[in-house]
Amino acid sequence: MKTVLSVKGLEVAFNGHKIVDDVSLDVVRDSTIAIIGPNGAGKTVLFRAVLGLIPYKGKVTWAEDARIGYVPQKLFISKDFPLTVSEFLHFKEQDHKIIHEILNSVGFKDVASSHTHNDVRVLRTKLGALSGGELQRVLIAYALLGKPNVLLFDEPTSGVDVSAEETIYSLIDKLKAEKDLTIIFISHELQVVYKYADSVLCLNKEKICFGPPREVVDKESLTKLYGEDVSLYQHHEH
Amino acid sequence: MLVCINTMNTDFIFLIFIGALAGAASGYLGSYMVLKRMSLVGDALSHVALPGMAIALTLSINPILGALVALFIAILGIWYLEEKSEIYPEALVGIFFTASLAIGILITPEPELLEALFGDIEKVTRVDGILVIAASILIFFVTSSISKKLTVGIISEDLAKSGGINVSKVNLIYLLMVGLVIALGVKFLGTLLTGALVIVPAAAAKNIAKSIGGFQLLASVAGLASTGLGIILAKILGFPSGPTVVLVAVLIFIASYLFKERAY
Repeated sequence: MKTVLSVKGLEVAFNGHKIVDDVSLDVVRDSTIAIIGPNGAGKTVLFRAVLGLIPYKGKVTWAEDARIGYVPQKLFISKDFPLTVSEFLHFKEQDHKIIHEILNSVGFKDVASSHTHNDVRVLRTKLGALSGGELQRVLIAYALLGKPNVLLFDEPTSGVDVSAEETIYSLIDKLKAEKDLTIIFISHELQVVYKYADSVLCLNKEKICFGPPREVVDKESLTKLYGEDVSLYQHHEH
Repeated sequence: MLVCINTMNTDFIFLIFIGALAGAASGYLGSYMVLKRMSLVGDALSHVALPGMAIALTLSINPILGALVALFIAILGIWYLEEKSEIYPEALVGIFFTASLAIGILITPEPELLEALFGDIEKVTRVDGILVIAASILIFFVTSSISKKLTVGIISEDLAKSGGINVSKVNLIYLLMVGLVIALGVKFLGTLLTGALVIVPAAAAKNIAKSIGGFQLLASVAGLASTGLGIILAKILGFPSGPTVVLVAVLIFIASYLFKERAY
């Protein structure tokens, strides 16, 4: 089994406080890895470190042919930020046809039925005016335009309703079936983790557990992860 | 007004032309400044030009060059702060800019002070004009070539960096262009008011823009119209050009704001 990402002894500190402490893991190519943990556990920080966006100690090694697509949790832009979805996606791809295909594959069905791209509502919408679910899908489309073979997906904690969330994960599952794609996603929903992930990393500053969800996620690891009050999370188990 | 234009000499038409060109370049660059939420920095930045001009005047060299050197030094400072901290230490920037203004006022030779503070288009020379044309071409060329990267960097620095964009370098190039455009505007509007030309037309354009392409075009047109109309109006009414240009820009802003309110 080939690894696409190898992390060894990763340590990230802000102002002397350790946010991520001694985390090691190997990500197998074409697998789906979920990262779970409470708020402030360092999940997004771990992403930013492996992407090389912030300084860290330890070793992060990507496979030589890794093409990484990153889907951030949200964008900090105002509703009236004058950038349309079309312009945003054209930053990465000039071909309208490819943009249409990608938008279609991330679930904007109206794109497929329309032949002139000016008729498509979402393309003319300002990025800041999209709903949480729509923005997620546009950000996934943006990441996919770079033809990644690794997708890092930071799930938003809020702003996406349950049905939109369902769509995004079934979409991710579909993408995986279609091409060679390793997915690493941060999730707040155990249900999603059980359904879609091959392996799960439980993170609370340090690595609490790592392995197939049904084997490593148990009462003990959840207590370590979220504290005593784990009933809230357990009701998602089916 | 047509009669007036007919009686204008070619020098004045040349003046309107280069003024409008500098205005368009300011508006264009200002569009990113507004998106970066650096409007106040953009405005106050022009004050830094004064001590540079004063030193240039004392040494009998072109004040635009003096302004340029002072602005580039300030730009490096702002860029450093932008890179090193998550938010702008705004008070520090404010203190630095007002301090440069105070020092500038003290060391600028008395006869030139008014001109340096408020600009005087009568003093714009042919050489200045050619400088404006060359610099404007450079500004439009360089800025449009980094436009995509700059915009992605504004939306999300993480998104830009993870896509291999050197955000830090792109920001520095952009800010240097801002320094250049402010140095150009100093002769027309003076160090107190030039910054307004970077901010006001872009703010007006943002009120009505529906896309980034439209935003940049509208900001350039608003900058062009403000300077062009302002210089003509100032001539007709016998007003100083600096305040007239800025007030025309503000009127355009108010009009765009009312238009936005009506549209909603």
